[in-house]
Amino acid sequence: MSFSSKDNYDKTKKDSGWLPRRDAKQQDYDKVGFMSGLEVHQQLLTKEKMFCHCPAGIYNHSDDYDAEIIRHMRPTLSELGEYDGTALMEFRTRKEITYRIKNETACTYEVDDTPPFPLNREALGISIEISLLSKLNVVGEVHITRKQYLDGSIPTGFQRTAIIGVEGELELPNKKIRLIQLSIEEDSCREISDIGHKRVYKTDRLGMPLIETVTYPDFVNPDEVKEGCDYIRFLNRSTGKVRTGIGAGRQDVNVSCRGGSRVEIKGVAHTKWIPELTHNEVFRQWSLLRMKDYLIEKGAEVNKWKISHFDISDYSAFNSELLINAKKNDFKIIAVNLPAFEGSFSWFTQPGKMFANEITDRLKVIACIEKPNMLHSEELNNSMNEGDLDFIKKSLKSNDGDAQIVFWGPEADVKTALETIEERCIMALEGIPEETRKSLTDGTTIFERVLPGADRMYPDTDTAPIPLEDDYIKSLESGLPEDIIDRYRKLKDWNVPEDVYTYLFSKDLFPLMEEIITKTEITPSYLGTFLGHRLKFAEGQFKSNEEFNYRVILRLFEFLKSKGLDFKLAEKMLPFLMEHPMMEFDSIIASLKHKRKSKEDLVARIPILKEKFANGKTEISEADRRNWIMGQLRNSAIGNISLHELSKEI
Amino acid sequence: MDNDIFQGYKGDALEILKKYQVRVWGTTKVETTRGSFEGTVLPRAENDDDKHIVVKIITGYNIGIDTRTITSMVETGYKKANYKIPEKQFPFTPGLPSVKLFGTGGTIASRLDYRTGAVIPAFSPGELYGAVPELADICNLDTEKIFAVFSENMGPKQYMALAKAIGKEIEKGIDGIVIGHGTDTLHHTGAALTFMCQNLPVPVVLVGSQRSSDRPSSDAALNLMHAMKAAGQSDIAEVQICMFGPTSDEYGLLHKGTRVRKMHSSYRSTFRTIGDTPLARINRDEILPIKKNYNKRRNDKDVKILPFFHDKVTMLYYYPGMAPDTLDALVDAGYKGIIFVGTGLGHVNKELYPAIERAHAKGVHMYMTLQTLWGYVHMFVYDTGRDMMAKGIIPAGNMLPEVAWVKLSWVLGQTEEPEEVKRMMLTPINDEITNREPYNGYLVYQGGVPEVEAFIKDVHK
Repeated sequence: MSFSSKDNYDKTKKDSGWLPRRDAKQQDYDKVGFMSGLEVHQQLLTKEKMFCHCPAGIYNHSDDYDAEIIRHMRPTLSELGEYDGTALMEFRTRKEITYRIKNETACTYEVDDTPPFPLNREALGISIEISLLSKLNVVGEVHITRKQYLDGSIPTGFQRTAIIGVEGELELPNKKIRLIQLSIEEDSCREISDIGHKRVYKTDRLGMPLIETVTYPDFVNPDEVKEGCDYIRFLNRSTGKVRTGIGAGRQDVNVSCRGGSRVEIKGVAHTKWIPELTHNEVFRQWSLLRMKDYLIEKGAEVNKWKISHFDISDYSAFNSELLINAKKNDFKIIAVNLPAFEGSFSWFTQPGKMFANEITDRLKVIACIEKPNMLHSEELNNSMNEGDLDFIKKSLKSNDGDAQIVFWGPEADVKTALETIEERCIMALEGIPEETRKSLTDGTTIFERVLPGADRMYPDTDTAPIPLEDDYIKSLESGLPEDIIDRYRKLKDWNVPEDVYTYLFSKDLFPLMEEIITKTEITPSYLGTFLGHRLKFAEGQFKSNEEFNYRVILRLFEFLKSKGLDFKLAEKMLPFLMEHPMMEFDSIIASLKHKRKSKEDLVARIPILKEKFANGKTEISEADRRNWIMGQLRNSAIGNISLHELSKEI
Repeated sequence: MDNDIFQGYKGDALEILKKYQVRVWGTTKVETTRGSFEGTVLPRAENDDDKHIVVKIITGYNIGIDTRTITSMVETGYKKANYKIPEKQFPFTPGLPSVKLFGTGGTIASRLDYRTGAVIPAFSPGELYGAVPELADICNLDTEKIFAVFSENMGPKQYMALAKAIGKEIEKGIDGIVIGHGTDTLHHTGAALTFMCQNLPVPVVLVGSQRSSDRPSSDAALNLMHAMKAAGQSDIAEVQICMFGPTSDEYGLLHKGTRVRKMHSSYRSTFRTIGDTPLARINRDEILPIKKNYNKRRNDKDVKILPFFHDKVTMLYYYPGMAPDTLDALVDAGYKGIIFVGTGLGHVNKELYPAIERAHAKGVHMYMTLQTLWGYVHMFVYDTGRDMMAKGIIPAGNMLPEVAWVKLSWVLGQTEEPEEVKRMMLTPINDEITNREPYNGYLVYQGGVPEVEAFIKDVHK
């Protein structure tokens, strides 16, 4: 029976145990040994950057720059001498890095032409406060450490970072999560493009202070990871001293399955993406482990396994469109034989993806060959022509049960490409490679980098250690907000509906809520709903004026109380208030055409309306009548008497 | 227990370590009033306080623990760091030029010890090959560590030792010499070697790095490749300084040792030729001469080594209101030569005149150079200049102040006869005074000017 890629994909998908997330239960995750931990990054709200006096939080468009600087990153000797080839991936890629600099947001420090200035004390203070809130043991002396990055995202080739606290704890409603550490670090450049051997960055974000909270891998299912992440973010925001908005909070999510490896899904911007990503990742690993067993059983041996290749650039009778194009571009076209690998390329990894994707992704990142960069013997569509495949097999003298790749690219990249293919396939026989993966919006991930180890840390010789005295820590401790979990419990006691908690915490509205309740005696559950529904809706609906801030809401309720007006009037006033935050409340009410009416006036209209409703009707439903009258009086009533009271009168 | 096992610790911190019997390189668990910490105890930098113990935690970061918070400490293991540098044999390639690298103490290449964070200099050919394997494609390398001093401690003794070492290598038939050197005083050494090693048959190239070689973005490797190429393959047989042209990793510049100056405390492109153009541009593929006239490489060994230096020469940087006793003090201290660094065209105030006359009468050799760095001393333009010349100060043309100091020291090391000193000072050996200043010898652009902004956006700085 001949091999069918489609059948193989479907079968391996089924065998992997993958199922849609909505159908997955805890036992499905227990079966594959779901394990996950978080590295939550949060920018701090400081005026200046961490090691220089450039302003923080000003961003430039990619094509708005004053100068460019070119650099190449070189691994230091210890890596060359002591570590295996994978650690040198970034060096093998031979990237030329261009930095786009805007005078407004970058000085000579950002481009590594001057040593660091003393650490921003504002940032240090905030990071200690958050460490204390996270129940971490705060260090006695802060040592700035260099963490090596060869991808160019930081022009020095390393990130300056320092530990503020270790061994903490975070209390979720149903579980405690242990924290490994909290560090403060400088943010990296933003990538503009990465094509072939050229990568371009901009330096506006570079050097902004950032904290990273690292948890132990204590999460046992995808939803729990999201919940934990939300809590860390809420905790950070509860200080009111962190940045919000796009990119201000990002997380790396570490995932593994039983027998798998730590894979880091990098730069997840929204916590709501976490469940799908972690769900798919754990099954990707699980499926690849099944593939490993399959290949070994088929006779592939880790230590002996080798690819062979053949240059077919001169062949002129290709039928596959991609190969015809490759020839037009004068690329080298190389056929590669992978012994005993039949069945691997169409092996399920993620929804819509298979093992072949792992190879094409690595060819792009490591060998710098732009996609599409290859075809293989198990394509699910018809992109690989049968005749071409026969020719390739013949050129390679392939045996039955082998698999074939044909890739194309610049001649200078062929060697790295061949190494990359062989390396990834051998890894498939060993297990799951440790790597960082980039998240895509469909919940799948692609290869981004080889995962660096702890061996890339060394002290920064340009900065002195900073002692943290007990008195200083005590002074910070006295200004801390209460724990998120305590606030969570208060909201529960107040009967605030749970669906608004996320909004309240993410906007750090709890302190304001407490203040409004104390000052106006408003019902907490109403206030919670007002903020969590009305305000949230209004924010999505109306463009708020720059002057608008949440403190205005306190003044609004105080005003309503002092005038003896119904708090519900706030719902109508809110949109106006957002657009015109400086407007007098009286004027807003006037423009709403609100008229003060006494309860007696309103109640007096009820009999007339009853008559009007009854007009010509033979049968009258009580409920219909009440609803109709309520509708007639609603606008006049709001702000004068509560609707509940009015309804009773009817 | 001897102190070595508590490397760098003193006072309270040392007492704590002794009390709990925890050594440097010991893994430890520490209980403190701020919670517990675990990791490996690292040595403490000599100048840091005695109130903290440095620990490398499992995630690779270092932290300090305040001794005043420690309630208990226990050593759970011990693992001493290993400082060995992986060494690879530097390959010999027939047909490639042989280059000698002299080490003076500046770190051109190094490796990191990640456990300690120590930067270990790589210097032997094998170590250098491990750090910068590309060197093997440029030359066959031999190295010699002449001394180990920081750049700021390079001085007369080292200049003379280097000059003699250069003479010996040329005698042995080397194709080129590279000197690794800290950058702060690279240009002083460049000038000294130009005067001390005359009629060179091969290139002598001084090189350093502005960003230490332990970082991935260092300029060290590229500078080293450029320097080796210049020494082994270039036709320019002069003392040169080889450092970055722009701050980008694009090309290096070869500067004459007598016309170059460090112009920025930290930029990679800090070395600039003043009052002239550099000798050449260099990249990994080619050497592109800028100046047409230079001393060509020769096959002979007829170098003249003149290792002389008088250590009683000083510089006086003038400022408005400078009192005469500053000059008197130098004369009374026995200085035989003084390089004035004057304002404008070469001026000092009238109050100094009596002191100048006194110095002249005592036989002190005085020369005038410029704070402006660019341009010539013109002492005929104003009366003050004419007055000063009458009182014995000799204008030193467009010689750079540091170069004039080196040269006067070198001249006085050979003769103190005023006319001979003057003749030697004013007769250029290698363009320390030039006849003309080309229009493109002075280019200090100002940011903000539209055409300059357009230029730096287009051309990498």
